[in-house]
Amino acid sequence: MKQAISINVNGADHAGEVEPRLLLVHYLRDVLGLTGTHIGCETSICGACTILLDGQAVKSCTMFAVQADGSNITTIEGLATNGNLHPMQEGFWECHGLQCGYCTPGMIIAATQIVDRNPNPSRDEIRHGLEGNLCRCTGYQHIVEAVEYAAAKKSGV
Amino acid sequence: MTKYVGQRVKRTEDPRLIKGLAHYVDDIGLPGTLHVAFVRSMYAHAKINGIDTTEAFKAPGVVAVYSGKDIATKVGPVPCAAALPDLKVPDYRVLATNKALFVGHPIAAIVATDKYAARDAVDLIFVDYEELPAVVDVEAAANGGTIIHESFGDNVAYKLTSGEGDIDAAMKAADKIVSQKMVHQRLAPIAMEPRGVLARYFPGEEELTVWSSTQIPHLLRTQLALMIGIPENKLRVITPEVGGGFGSKLNVYAEEALLGWISIQLGKPVKWIESRRENVQATIHGRAQVGTVEVGVKNDGAITGLRYNVVADLGAYHQLLTPAIPTLTGLMLSGAYKIPAIQMNVTGVFTNKMSTDAYRGAGRPEATYVVERVMDVIARELNLDPIEVRRKNFPKADEFPFHTATGLDYDSGDYDGALNKALDLSGYQSLREEQKKARDNGKLIGIGVSSYVEICALGPSQAMPAGGWESATVRIEPTGKVTVLTGASPHGQGQETSFAQIAADELGVDLNDVTVIHGDTGIVQYGIGTFGSRATAVGGTAVLIAIQKLKEKASKIAAHMMQCEASSLSFEDGCYTKKEAAAASVTGKSEPVVPVGEGPAGALNDVPTPTNGRHKLTIQEIALAAHVAKEIPPDTEPGLSATYFFEPKNFTFPFGTHVCVVEIDKETGETKIVKYVAVDDCGKVINPLLVDGQVHGGIVQAIGQALYEEVVYDEQGQLVTGELMDYALPKASQMPWFETDRTETPSPVNPLGVKGVGEAGTIGATPAVVNAVVDALSAYGVTHIDMPIRPEKIWKLIR
Ligand code: FES
Ligand code: FES
Repeated sequence: MKQAISINVNGADHAGEVEPRLLLVHYLRDVLGLTGTHIGCETSICGACTILLDGQAVKSCTMFAVQADGSNITTIEGLATNGNLHPMQEGFWECHGLQCGYCTPGMIIAATQIVDRNPNPSRDEIRHGLEGNLCRCTGYQHIVEAVEYAAAKKSGV
Repeated sequence: MTKYVGQRVKRTEDPRLIKGLAHYVDDIGLPGTLHVAFVRSMYAHAKINGIDTTEAFKAPGVVAVYSGKDIATKVGPVPCAAALPDLKVPDYRVLATNKALFVGHPIAAIVATDKYAARDAVDLIFVDYEELPAVVDVEAAANGGTIIHESFGDNVAYKLTSGEGDIDAAMKAADKIVSQKMVHQRLAPIAMEPRGVLARYFPGEEELTVWSSTQIPHLLRTQLALMIGIPENKLRVITPEVGGGFGSKLNVYAEEALLGWISIQLGKPVKWIESRRENVQATIHGRAQVGTVEVGVKNDGAITGLRYNVVADLGAYHQLLTPAIPTLTGLMLSGAYKIPAIQMNVTGVFTNKMSTDAYRGAGRPEATYVVERVMDVIARELNLDPIEVRRKNFPKADEFPFHTATGLDYDSGDYDGALNKALDLSGYQSLREEQKKARDNGKLIGIGVSSYVEICALGPSQAMPAGGWESATVRIEPTGKVTVLTGASPHGQGQETSFAQIAADELGVDLNDVTVIHGDTGIVQYGIGTFGSRATAVGGTAVLIAIQKLKEKASKIAAHMMQCEASSLSFEDGCYTKKEAAAASVTGKSEPVVPVGEGPAGALNDVPTPTNGRHKLTIQEIALAAHVAKEIPPDTEPGLSATYFFEPKNFTFPFGTHVCVVEIDKETGETKIVKYVAVDDCGKVINPLLVDGQVHGGIVQAIGQALYEEVVYDEQGQLVTGELMDYALPKASQMPWFETDRTETPSPVNPLGVKGVGEAGTIGATPAVVNAVVDALSAYGVTHIDMPIRPEKIWKLIR
């Protein structure tokens, strides 16, 4: 039995009926066509599917769309404002924080939360903050630098 | 003149990726797409007595179900391109027919209107299995027991001896024989994007398009055409964004052929996206060798000979290059050293597991690990400094090209130079002193060094199963924009940027005016693909030479237009200038250059004609003139493009030294890397930012092998590490800060002087880490530990 949900994604309201077992990540990708959120494991390990749900970084592969009813979601597509890259996106570009780019949307979203919670994180804190996000390409060092870049930019350094 | 080459240019491919607007296979939606799910064997080895698909057929949304018998004769076998003498090649059908030979072996394919329905129906297919004893232990399998492919009579796929020099005499001449058995555990490549295929057949045109997450679009097209039986020129393979490969997508997989074939049967687009579980089960694995190395040494540490007897775990079938991978190990057994005689005896063995094949480094990490590990064992046995043993055996910088007893000619190198730099950078001497103090305080600190050489830029066609060249087409469009078509197939390496750097410098145009296109056989001329650290050395060179060809033509047109000899033109900053005019401009009599692309929108610039007496023309103006073709020399083809297929004469041989310092927690046995220094020499560097990225990523995969990762099959051949919950990938918090530096010894093999860097980290770092751990534990009499060195292993050792 389909259930009615209404979710705000990247500032736009979406209402519709979905199967109760539809994963949130499939709702975003297949129903809304927001394919920037990726799937790398389906078991809550890799973080490729990370989104912001009411401001919290969550893994959308282990949540049902119906559980997100009534929430506000930000995906990678919604991070830039008025065509300007988010400082975290800028940091990843400047510091070569991505190679194949597959982990990147989830990484960037998770990283924004690290800086939101701690405007001046140490390298260790950044690394621990990224524990739930796996990258097979970069070796993480440029990602850590990207987060530092974004933190510095945000606090106007 | 290099404005871009050698600079830390940030990547042109990044904007789409950081905005979430890139398209990987699963991001491509076609109306009416059907979804495929696979029934896969739950047993490692079982007879299939029957498959009941009736229930599945009745399930909602299910459109079709195929099992091995339905297609046994219709789709050709999964190909193996490796050619070895007396190689046994099993018939690898795209769906299992009579027997399932590994956990994850595809048995049936279900097609349904959505992916949930397809997955639901997997549970409605009943396979009547008769379980057989599983062949798991590779050393035992080499010597008998259950036979996987009965008709072969045993499990040995091939035996091969390679190397040069009189090995027996070399061993006799030694003062001592040092030997060590080592296990190179099985690894899973785990590209973060699993594999995926979308296939669409156009019944009217009789054309099939296959989107696949692959490293080799053209080779895949050729093989799929043969497997499916569709003319190659009616098949288009498109490689959209690819989320990492590391060799795992340098292959031709059953699913790719099946999807194409199913799309033809149903006349509809069909899609399959691999789940992570399927990825660990049925995407190729890497390494998986068990071998013993014996080295003859003089008392002063000079090596007289090296023998490596190895059993390679090939898995149940040959994928594209499976049996060839251990031969690469044989090629690199000389490491960075002068070894007069080398012999490798390899036995390739079938087991009830997924095939092994090329995983980042592909056979070379095993060789480097063997050599660099045994150097430390030698030092220990002879009571010598491990650094000195290495230095003793290095070829000197003036001995290049250097011939090895594995039959290679190392192109260029200065191994001592890289070693010295790494020792300086790490403060090696003071590290040793600190280590001593720490030991006195009861701390377990270890220092490990690895001096590696690797073989890159694969390679001369003589040495490659399907050609070792690479192609490029460079065009200047009528509006002056530059299009580069490369046969390489980057999937994270950043060649859209580095090739644009090469082109922008050579043509004197802005980087942003260059677009690099790859991965579409409908658009790009035939190419080989991206693997073996070859794309820049071979593919980048093709770009460079194509541009040189293009400029030859452009200069003829320029000369015609300026009514002079081509030899009296100079080319700089994207302009052809009459040399006498250039001299005149120094005296102030210059003329205005018409900027291209600044005319009114929708209008092309005026084509300069020979009569207007210009002395300077931009290459874009020439491109336009070449396209309108009114004022070009009579013997010249219109248009301005050139294609070049570059065939390298040799491989390239990057090298370097890595220094790793670890601290081991005595309570938990946990290894922490406290310092890591990498000095790599990959020849000329096009983009240092990208090189750093490759080095970092490679080292982390190497650390993964040294400390964490292992594909584990239990005694029944069940896959124990079937998800990322059990297969331990390195995390950000476990990795140290890497200090990287370089020496730069250009390669003489290609005009760019580049060597390649994609695999250097993975090859160089594993032994550095393990040597450090063994060094830390030397007080406990430990001389070797097999990977992965997880805490419990150490904890047990020091109890
Ligand atoms: S796909 Fe959600 S954590 Fe990996
Ligand atoms: S950039 Fe490829 S997985 Fe992170």
